[in-house]
Amino acid sequence: MSKIHVQTIVNRDPVEFLADPRETLLDCLRDHLGLTGSKEGCGTGDCGACSVTVDGTLISSCLMLGVEAGGKSIETIEGMAQGEDLHPLQRKFIEHAAFQCGYCTPGILVAAKNLLEKNPSPTETEVRYWLAGNLCRCTGYDKIIRAVMDAAEEMRGAA
Amino acid sequence: MKFHSPTSFAEAVVLAQNSEGVLRYLAGGTDVLVQMRAGIVTPDELIDLKKIPGVFDITRTAEGGWTIGVGVSGAQLGAHAELCADWPGVVDGMELVGSTQVQGRATLVGNLCNGSPAADSVPGMVAAGATVSITGPEGDRILAIEDIPAGPGRTNLTKGEMITAINLPPRGENGGDCYLRFIPRTEMDIAVVGCAVNLRLDGDTITEARVSLGAVAPTVLLVQDAADAIIGTTLDDEAVANLMAAASAACNPISDKRGTIEFRTDVAGVLAKRAAKFAYARAKGEVIKGTHL
Ligand SMILES: Cc1cc2nc3c(=O)[nH]c(=O)nc-3n(C[C@H](O)[C@H](O)[C@H](O)COP(=O)(O)OP(=O)(O)OC[C@H]3O[C@@H](n4cnc5c(N)ncnc54)[C@H](O)[C@@H]3O)c2cc1C
Ligand code: FES
Ligand code: FES
Repeated sequence: MSKIHVQTIVNRDPVEFLADPRETLLDCLRDHLGLTGSKEGCGTGDCGACSVTVDGTLISSCLMLGVEAGGKSIETIEGMAQGEDLHPLQRKFIEHAAFQCGYCTPGILVAAKNLLEKNPSPTETEVRYWLAGNLCRCTGYDKIIRAVMDAAEEMRGAA
Repeated sequence: MKFHSPTSFAEAVVLAQNSEGVLRYLAGGTDVLVQMRAGIVTPDELIDLKKIPGVFDITRTAEGGWTIGVGVSGAQLGAHAELCADWPGVVDGMELVGSTQVQGRATLVGNLCNGSPAADSVPGMVAAGATVSITGPEGDRILAIEDIPAGPGRTNLTKGEMITAINLPPRGENGGDCYLRFIPRTEMDIAVVGCAVNLRLDGDTITEARVSLGAVAPTVLLVQDAADAIIGTTLDDEAVANLMAAASAACNPISDKRGTIEFRTDVAGVLAKRAAKFAYARAKGEVIKGTHL
């Protein structure tokens, strides 16, 4: 199987890797770039644990091939905190205890950040619909929604 | 698996024509990658169409209709205010597909060519009278949306053929459309029944109508009897009753875990009624938000 050389940008850094065309972007992030924050829950687009943004659009990285990533700009959970400074969403998830096992958390944080960039003051219904593709087996969702609403409020205040 | 990313449709046609074994085109990949992962379809060759210039464009035609590129995602459609104003039923059908993440990739063309009888964007396109532009080894042709699906998972495209764009007609005056589906939850499920209605009014009277049903037969249906039941009426109670009866009569569904034959047949009539009322209200100029946010 001939591999394809891919050059792309991940979390604002230029990176390159050799991908088998069958590998998903999630496989490439985890296995070639060592970015294991994005998780595989299902591999079939149902759970959102692998959420990343590509050129600002939220996608499931298990539903995109690594060889499609050439020339794009990808943001993953690893790019969310600025050094030691957590993103407001990350802080609010801790404050509200919005996770237990944490497997869903990176995907939900990436998805919620993307929502707040597009819509800084979403209603609770809008948050619930936006995150409908992010499954959580532990929390029962309520704390996640409250953490996102609270972070949105803080970010509006800071802006 | 061989992976190709041609930069023109002409190049893609040559690749497709010379391909060996199982071929798939890659639009958003939200069906193709799931099928690869599940081992249902293992392509020998994959042709990514998204490096071809123009495939992400949504363009107003000289006549006032729309040309939609084969790479345009649901998210892109939903963000296009003018297109949403013209064809809310078509956009709503596509926006019902999957989650926000799936919306970031999934396309109308992929939804159509995957050939699911329950494909959510297809009834809206059929009711709108949309067509697809096709290119292939024998040249170019245009087909109506309803002529593409040949059965579950199959299309009427021949070897080497592919769709180059979707064409929506001009909305025109006093028109409205709507797509509704029934699922047991509010998000992330496959339609048990879907129904789209597109109509035009002269005063209060319906002068043109197209009614389409999904998930009640091996392919999405265009139901002429249902349209005839409301053309020439003001969508009065008798017309609505005739519409419901015609929609139910057109059903040829299966029973599965999502719904029985009886349930699907009944719900088809109910959705036809509701979709017709929303389409009528939109044709009257009312702004009605889609079922999806
Ligand atoms: C979690 C999840 C939820 C989903 N929910 C729904 C739902 O609610 N409703 C629904 O209808 N679907 C749903 N789907 C299915 C899927 O997302 C849609 O069918 C989507 O529109 C497919 O588009 P795509 O661009 O991803 O297609 P792809 O996977 O890229 O392609 C699909 C098919 O179309 C063919 N094709 C692509 N482009 C062309 C072309 N230009 N010419 C000819 N053939 C072409 C391919 O060969 C392939 O067979 C869901 C999928 C997932 C993963
Ligand atoms: S692992 Fe990608 S959506 Fe579940
Ligand atoms: S915290 Fe365990 S899946 Fe969400």
